Amino acid sequence: MAEEATFRVKTGLAEMLKGGVIMDVVDADQARIAEEAGACAVMALERVPADIRADGGVARMSNPKVIREIQATVSIPVMAKARIGHFAEAQVLQSLNVDYIDESEVLTPADEFNHIDKFEFDAPFVCGATNLGEALRRIGEGAAMIRSKGEAGTGNIVEAVRHMREITSGIRKLTTLTSTELPTAAKNLAAPLDLVRDVAGRGWLPVPVFCAGGIATPADAALMMQLGAEGNFVGSGIFKSDDPDRRARAIVEATTHFSDPERVAEASEQLGEAMPGIEMSALGDDGRLAGRGW
Amino acid sequence: MRIGVLAVQGGFAVHLTHLGSIGAAGIEVRAPADLRGLDGLILPGGESTTISKGIESAGLAEGIREHHAERRPILGTCAGMIVADRDHLGLIDITTRRNAFGRQLASFEDEIALPGITDSPVRAVFIRAPWVEQLGDSVEVLAELRGHPVAVRQENVTALSFHPELVGDDRIHAWFAGRCVRSRA
Repeated sequence: MAEEATFRVKTGLAEMLKGGVIMDVVDADQARIAEEAGACAVMALERVPADIRADGGVARMSNPKVIREIQATVSIPVMAKARIGHFAEAQVLQSLNVDYIDESEVLTPADEFNHIDKFEFDAPFVCGATNLGEALRRIGEGAAMIRSKGEAGTGNIVEAVRHMREITSGIRKLTTLTSTELPTAAKNLAAPLDLVRDVAGRGWLPVPVFCAGGIATPADAALMMQLGAEGNFVGSGIFKSDDPDRRARAIVEATTHFSDPERVAEASEQLGEAMPGIEMSALGDDGRLAGRGW
Repeated sequence: MRIGVLAVQGGFAVHLTHLGSIGAAGIEVRAPADLRGLDGLILPGGESTTISKGIESAGLAEGIREHHAERRPILGTCAGMIVADRDHLGLIDITTRRNAFGRQLASFEDEIALPGITDSPVRAVFIRAPWVEQLGDSVEVLAELRGHPVAVRQENVTALSFHPELVGDDRIHAWFAGRCVRSRA
């Protein structure tokens, strides 16, 4: 019997995006450039994170018209962002037939206490996490893909590195514990015990883990893959650089050939200026997006 | 037994896991040199446009065609079926329709009977899957779904619309490894 929207079907698409680059785009033209450059999916949003930071105000789900235009333009999967806890935006995105919904801290949160109950949806969700406990809480709510929560729109990779290391070292620690010790680990992680047991047994999350936030160069992409990311989201880093088309190709190349420094060097040559970066200390606590959600 | 898995993008890692569990050496294929001395080659799922561009930028097309010209076994799954078709690498005489079943919300899993490959049906996961649109006379249809071929074979090349690797069932990998042994003999 045919079954849709099983957990295997939801994580299955994320499995197929592995080793690839998912690019933020704000319109159909950018989506076409991304697909031509070899993106494995695009993320439709109203403004790239660097502009959200610069403009301020409330950042919301994209206009459905833009999402439809992007879907009509490219044949690769189209993702879109909903605000944390804003299940009505997620319902709209599902009705638009988007391929993945990102419940994202890059948009202004709609609920400061609760995330979306993602099991209620047939569309799969990707959620951000700064550490293992947060990743498992999101999976416990039904997320079928996890990404780091690096500071979007800064062009600074430091936070994504912290999150990826937190997640992978957290997993390694779990694999060293006895079954007697796992309930306490679950308590300390504030994560569901069944998922803690699952991760301890398999030595990885039950869903794919990608990097997001702060990738600006091919070397950044290679760094994150070597730290355990199974693919990369790139936001402002492409369309805020001098030559988006060439940079997009270079980041795709570096994500595939992440363990071959000569290929990464080749990809990095002849690129124009990367996006200007922002130091974390210049953001202040209020300027940090990763603190949104829990 | 050395079986290569094209690793430019997509679901290659889980194929390698299955190969490991049946005792075959899985080789990640990212550069032309990785194609040397392979007994078989798996073209995995992923995004076919991305994989096609990756094959081109890594200069892999010629080596894959040589592998094929020596009639060594090839298995394509989902995007791998598309990459193998007439319009791409030309390894099998079919044309495919991308995302034929629809976008992700129309993705599904179902039981598929594969006579000649497995004794009983396999659980098949279809993710934004293609189907076979046109096929040449020498292409054998192994399975159809909703009126369209979803598993086909022509000599050394087998192409599946779905993902046998996303379920905990090694039978298709074991069957493929068996073909690789015979082709070496």
